[in-house]
Parts: sequence; C-alpha cells; structure tokens
Amino acid sequence: MAALRRQTGGVVTETRLETQALSRDFGALRAVQKIDFKLDAGARHALIGPNGAGKTTFVNLLTGVLTPTQGRVLLGGRDITAKAQAERVKLGIARTFQINRLFRGLSVLENVCIAVAERVGAAASMFYPAGRRTDVIAESMHLLETLRLEDQARHRVSELPYGRQRLVELAIAIGLKPGVLLLDEPAAGVPSAESHIILDALERLPEHIAVLIIEHDMDVVFRFARRVTVMVSGAIFAEGTPKEIEANPEVRAVYLGQAGHG
Amino acid sequence: MNVAASPARPAVATPLDHPAARVLIGRHRLRWWETLPWLAAVGLYFAFPAYLGFGTELLVAILFALALDLALGYAGIITLGHAAFFGTGAYTVGLLAFWGIWTEPISSLVLAGVAAGVVGLLSGLVLLRTRGLTLLMLTICTMALLEQAANMAHDYTGGFDGLPSLPIAPVFGVFEFSPLYDNTQYVYALIVLLICFLLVRTLVYSPFGQSLTGIRENLLRMHAVGSPVRRRLVICYTISAALAGIAGGLWAQTNAYVNLSTFDLDRAATVLIVLILGGYGRLYGAFVGAVAYLALEHFLARIYPTAWQLGLGLLLVLIALFARNGILGLGEALWRRYGGKRAAS
Repeated sequence: MAALRRQTGGVVTETRLETQALSRDFGALRAVQKIDFKLDAGARHALIGPNGAGKTTFVNLLTGVLTPTQGRVLLGGRDITAKAQAERVKLGIARTFQINRLFRGLSVLENVCIAVAERVGAAASMFYPAGRRTDVIAESMHLLETLRLEDQARHRVSELPYGRQRLVELAIAIGLKPGVLLLDEPAAGVPSAESHIILDALERLPEHIAVLIIEHDMDVVFRFARRVTVMVSGAIFAEGTPKEIEANPEVRAVYLGQAGHG
Repeated sequence: MNVAASPARPAVATPLDHPAARVLIGRHRLRWWETLPWLAAVGLYFAFPAYLGFGTELLVAILFALALDLALGYAGIITLGHAAFFGTGAYTVGLLAFWGIWTEPISSLVLAGVAAGVVGLLSGLVLLRTRGLTLLMLTICTMALLEQAANMAHDYTGGFDGLPSLPIAPVFGVFEFSPLYDNTQYVYALIVLLICFLLVRTLVYSPFGQSLTGIRENLLRMHAVGSPVRRRLVICYTISAALAGIAGGLWAQTNAYVNLSTFDLDRAATVLIVLILGGYGRLYGAFVGAVAYLALEHFLARIYPTAWQLGLGLLLVLIALFARNGILGLGEALWRRYGGKRAAS
C-alpha cells in the first residue's frame, strides 16, 4: 500500500481511485482522451467543464457503464477496468445520475431499502418477507432522517417535488456505503430556492468518502470542492484548488469566461 | 442481526416506528379479505356442482395468469410468449401419459413444471439480454418454434390433432378423474393453485421480490446499486415458466387431452388480457381478471355466440382508457377516494 501514499504538504493522503491514460472514442469522436486522474480518500473534488467536455462519459468509464478504448481504472491500487458495473458497486463505487433514476412508483423509504438490501446481501433471499429485515428498514429510515427526508418517507417518489427527488437520488447512493461517490450534477434542475437542501446534504456526507462532483453551478463548486479539475474537449485542461482555478486566466477564457460575459 | 425484532415497543420512537417503516414491515401479513377467493372457490364446489367444469377451467386460467404476473407484473419482463411454457407443461403430461410412461398425476405435474422451467431457463438466458420490442418478438419466436416442433413431431405428439384420451391415474390412487363429473379435477386444481399461489406470494414479498419491482421500476438504477440484474431476471423467468408449465400440465390432466392450442399465440394473448383486465403486479389481478374474462366468455358467448368478443374488446378499450391498472387498480383508486377517507377520518 505504500506505493499508493504520497506526500502532499506533509499530509499523507491515500489515492482511492485512479485512472491511467483513460480514453474512450465514439467512432471518430474522442470523447475522453488519455486522462490521468487521482481521487484521494476523503476528497471533495469537482469536475467542471463546458457542455460536451466528456465529464459524464468519464464518470461512465469510472462506474463501468462504458468500457474504455484504452487505459486503466484502479480502485485502491487494484485494476478494475474489466469489472462490470454491479461488481464495482460492490467494491465501493456509487454514483448518482444527472437525470433522476428512481423507483418512481415506490415509496421513498423503499427506494433506499432496495439499495441497502442489495448492499447487505439480503436481496437474493426468496423465502422470507422483506419486512422481516428490520435491520435494512431501520438503516434506510435512519439515512432518510440524516437527509431530513423522514417526513416524505411514506410518499411515492413520483409525488415529491424535484428537489426532494434529487435528495432521494443521493440517498440511494449513500445507502450503498461507498468509498467513492460520484455525483453527476446533483443540483441540476433544482430550483434555486431549493438548492440549499442539496448543498446541506452534500456538506453532511461522511468525511471519509472520496467525492467527485460534476457541477455547472459555480457557487456549489466553490462552496463544496477543495480541489477542481477542468475538462475541455475530453482532456484535462487544468487542475488545482478552487482559488487557483478561479485565478487561472486560461480557464476563465474557456469556461468561466462564458459565464462572466453572459 | 436484529432480524425479527419485537414489534412495537412504545418507549421511544425508533426508525421502525415511523409509518413508512411500519408499512414495509407489515406488508406481507395476511389480510382478512385474502381468504375470500378461497372461500368463494369452496363455496362454488358445494353451491354450483354443475359449474365445476367451468370452475376448473377458471382455476387453470388463474394459475397461468399468476405465473405471468410474476414475470410481467413484478419484474416487468414484456412477454407475449408465455404459452411456450404452458404448452411445454401440457405436452410433458400428455406425452408421458399417452405413451404409458408415467400417469401418476402429482409427479407428472412436477415434471411438467421442471420441463417448462428448463425451457424457461434456457430461453431466458438468451432473450433476457434484450428488452422492449426485441424481447417481445423473441418470446413469440420461442413459442412459435415449440409449436412447430410439436406439430412436426406428429409421430409422437399427434401433430395438429394432438393426443386424445390421456389415461391419468387417480390422485393418491383413490380419486379418479371422471369425464362426467368434475369434482376431483376441481378440488385437485384448487389445491395445486393454492400451493403455487403461496409460493408466488412468498416470493413477491421477499427481498428478492422487492428487487424485482426495483428492476421493473428502473432497470438502469438496479445496475447502479450493484444488483445482478440479469441473474435475477433469469431466475424470475424460470420460476414463472415452471408455474406456467404446471398450469399447462393441469390443463392437460383435467381435459384429458393436449393439442397445439396449448402453444397458441391466442392462448398467450388471452392470459395477457386476463392479467391486464384484473390488474398486473398485484397478485390478485390474476384472480379478478380470470373470473371477469371467463365469465364474459361463458355468458356473453351464450347470448351472442358470434359477436361476444366485441363486448370483450369494448371492455378492454374502457380499461385502457380509464383503468390502466385493471379492475383491481380501479377498485383501489375508488377506495382511496371514497372509502379510505371515511375510514381514516
């Protein structure tokens, strides 16, 4: 494990997730090009970039939805490039989706229960009622309380306002107790009056989880992230602390500038 | 592990005391009204002995629809080929009995289930890689292939004419299947249905069943929570196929013949209509749908022998327009609107 640790300013950090020359082509389009990326344990890392920069493709490569054309994905030093999506989840990579993917006809509590039951290995059991796994139900309910969703626990997800649905999206991922959490625009589509509930939830995430957040809302990025990577045209354009990125004139030109002039 | 925690300790409000948690904890408990279909079935036996033939047909239809509900209603596997398994079960019983290999009814029925389950497993491994219309077409293909195979192997299967006059041994060596009275057939079918129903009920309320509804509600998300989706679907499809096979075997035994109609697209469509009519994904939809469909067929066909299907068509249009979740769904909506409020206040 020593090889995984590196010194940064006297603090020993451990790399949880790493990519080496990760690439993905869609025909002639090089969506992701030779990305070397490291996500440390406990990281609060933002991935930003203009539309079409390949951010979601990159996340899909990390989670195993897509297979890379080239390169490797390492989790805790172990090569997981060949692992299927479900196996990577078992190894501790969870994600949320840019557009909600929820069990819309089921209650909020049951949405979380499905994830928790899957994690604790209960979900393959056929011959006793799910209601008897009170450990699963209690843990799911507790999680909803920490996200302040307990009052909605009974409701069908489809009956919830969009901001709350985004919270359920987050709850399902947290219910998997991941070591690495990939958040694809968690505040997307949430009215600004409600966006604080997402931010509050993000700030209360367990400290040890390595979080990678894709986000367009710069307020969210600068409030939440301790490190920022800028992607442009499928490649890493710049990386640094939020202050460095904000001060970087080239980044301002390609990305922040658009917002500034707009 | 605190499985089977003591229910309702009133001291402090634990997460399990939350109403949402209580719904999940108590969902599998038997309700009083769940005895009604069985009481009605027993009542029919004593009250209308002349209708036991119709009753047996009804029980077989319920079992078939129940099998389909597990795959289509709970796991969301879109299929129009479930007669493949009904026919496999029917021909298993038919071939064994006709050629004098095995006529004992209960073990034949188990074999029918096993044979259909194997067909379900093998075809499921291939077709459950696809979704939507492709899946639908492949299920029809499987059924058509089996129907043609049964047709072409006419030296053994009797081809188009099927196998008549199957010699079925008495149940437990005592209760004979009489061609004149349907008492034995009816009770036998009722007990088989009860056993299969208890199995399906256990499955749908189990954690496995919960994961199936997850797959139905959002397949992509199930991948993302680490669920082995395809394995779950194949297992579900296999069990559903085995149950459909038992329904087919039961059909062959109680009718004492098999023919190609057991593999028919017509039969596959009918069971789908039954399920949609009653309401899919809700366990009792199979019961309500089968009663509604067969009652319509039986009585409408008597009044309008040529045009009874028009009535059925109109009913389906109404269901599709106003009651997407079938008769049971409509009942639930009405209850929530009128009855439920009164009960709550």
